[in-house]
Amino acid sequence: MFKLFKKIITTGIVTEKYNAPHDAELEALGIEIKRRIDQKFTGSLAIRAVDAGSCNGCELEIHALNNPFYDVEKFGIHFVASPRHADVLLVTGVVSRHMQTALLRTYNATPNPKWVIAMGDCASCGGEFGTSYASCGAVSNVIPVDMTIAGCPPTPLVLLKGLLALMEK
Amino acid sequence: MSWQKKFLQQLEDAEIFVKSTEISPFVELWQIDDKHWQRFAELTAENKFRWAAGWAEQSGVQFYVYACFEKSGNYILLCATVNVSKPELPSQATVYAAANRSERHSHDMFGIEFLNHPDPRCWMRHKAWGKRDYPLRHDFPVQGSPVEITPPDTDYHFIQSHGVGVYEIPVGPVHAGIIEPGHFRFQAVGELILNLEERLGYVHKGTEKIAEGRTPEGLAKLAGRVSGDTCVSHAWAACMAMEQAAGIEIPERAALIRGIFAERERIANHLGDIGAICNDVAFTFAFMQMMRIKELWCRTNYELFGHRSLMDKIIPGGVAVDISEVASKFILTDIKQLRAELADLIPAIDLNSSLEDRIYTAGYLSPETAAYFGTLGFVGRASGQDFDVRRDAPYAPYDSVAVKVAAEDQGDIASRFWIRYKEINASLKLIEQFIEQLAKLPEGDLVTHWQTPKTESYGLGIVDGWRGEIISYVRFGENNTIARFYPRDPSQLNWEALEKAVLNNIVPDFPVCNKSFNCSYSGCDL
Repeated sequence: MFKLFKKIITTGIVTEKYNAPHDAELEALGIEIKRRIDQKFTGSLAIRAVDAGSCNGCELEIHALNNPFYDVEKFGIHFVASPRHADVLLVTGVVSRHMQTALLRTYNATPNPKWVIAMGDCASCGGEFGTSYASCGAVSNVIPVDMTIAGCPPTPLVLLKGLLALMEK
Repeated sequence: MSWQKKFLQQLEDAEIFVKSTEISPFVELWQIDDKHWQRFAELTAENKFRWAAGWAEQSGVQFYVYACFEKSGNYILLCATVNVSKPELPSQATVYAAANRSERHSHDMFGIEFLNHPDPRCWMRHKAWGKRDYPLRHDFPVQGSPVEITPPDTDYHFIQSHGVGVYEIPVGPVHAGIIEPGHFRFQAVGELILNLEERLGYVHKGTEKIAEGRTPEGLAKLAGRVSGDTCVSHAWAACMAMEQAAGIEIPERAALIRGIFAERERIANHLGDIGAICNDVAFTFAFMQMMRIKELWCRTNYELFGHRSLMDKIIPGGVAVDISEVASKFILTDIKQLRAELADLIPAIDLNSSLEDRIYTAGYLSPETAAYFGTLGFVGRASGQDFDVRRDAPYAPYDSVAVKVAAEDQGDIASRFWIRYKEINASLKLIEQFIEQLAKLPEGDLVTHWQTPKTESYGLGIVDGWRGEIISYVRFGENNTIARFYPRDPSQLNWEALEKAVLNNIVPDFPVCNKSFNCSYSGCDL
């Protein structure tokens, strides 16, 4: 147990490292997001991530948002287990035809007002996979999309920027 | 060797005649008559060959059906020919459980009937194409003829259970966490799992079909996205196959860089997995710490090579980016730091009794079951399957170093946890060795000049990804275009072992059992 506490103490709060010039941009971004979320969602934004046919690359970067460096929850952004609890659907991947109905149902289960973010090149424009017998292509071919975040996959920082852009709408 | 003589004698006794061609130092193509397809598998099973992969391809009015077997690092690529008008041959799934889903995949995609197959249900096909349509046949257009909204696949017959107190839990395709989609059907009594059935195919994106007609560069990009956590190794396997077909050797420098990238990928994923296993038993300290050091690792990738998961850095003929002397130094310092972090963390994690409570004896996969399903990578190695392509069928740069393979037979979640830790250490050493070798090389080309492969030429790339052996088959058509691409991710075999590992565990332990396997959905669904 002492080892554990020692590591916690010696690690400190890594999130504060954003004060350093290198990551200053992120800090500014985060605060900005917080302000806007405060306005529209009284301090919290619930996101439901839906993989509609991703290669899993985007999922890794969504996971990273929750690591201590980005600590996205401190901005009031958190990921929820059910679309019924969500304000935002964060959809990754092309929409595979086998996932089309599941995505539509998830969308319908999300209460209004809701936003849809298409994350990554596949979700935004079809990416490497495009449209085929197995793929509906971009998310906007299946459900209305409010914004897209490009990248293969987008870095966690770009993802945060994307959330900000959504707030500005 | 004696078993080889014995095996050849057995084939002769069974009147199975083989036309063999060497395609690489560890792989021979064996062509046999389709009627012997099953009998051959019986003999390989008797001789303890592992069933590794199966796929098919169309050539005019014929299908080539392939099955890949391995024993002691020697691969046999078995091939039989059947007519498109009546594509039938006896199933190998009756002999090898590992062949089950693969044959169902070939059936759904080509319409090949595997006679006496123990499970005639569809696998890859849900409702996106008709029962009599086969997407990988040449007459099936890449766009298919989809309806506006593809209906859900509601008529898959899951195993039914009966009796007092038995109930079913359907889970997915959309899961509660941030993970890929798939369906799990549990039968349980109280908290105990009686049976688990996986229904995958939800992320089927037509990878094999859309590979057709691509350039080598285009295929490398696609292969890097077969499974987004295995960008390096899948691209490597595909490039290795293409290079074999083109008859080119990659520069020594490129091989070393590929090795460094692949080991960095292995470490990144293992760090994340160790954290995620802890997260699934609510041990947040370990989760956050491991995610922290994984983030640092990924940032180094980004700073030095421009991509956090090293996507598109492996290209046909070599690599897209060099590792400079400065970068080498940076990597070595980074390794030192990671070791120091782990030296703090691992004892702190290990001394935690609540973690021990959850991961020891849970999710037990016996060595017999692991062998039965041809289980690969750290899952296999935690259950006595002491196999690693890097050691047993080495390719550059692994042929120049001694690869230490961690193997245990404890078979539980804890074992899969500790194997990952051992593999991190082994990989760190490998990276150091590769960097040392790199320093001795003069600066030089990173890419061998590409040569258009002959029409119909083919290659088989076999590498050890972080999940285990990846087999990638590529055949070229005319003018440097891809005619067929089939990547076999290790998950395809490990998924089936998971169904068995969770039996008699409690339902709430499923997430941590699942995470300890961490199979890819995308790499399996293609």
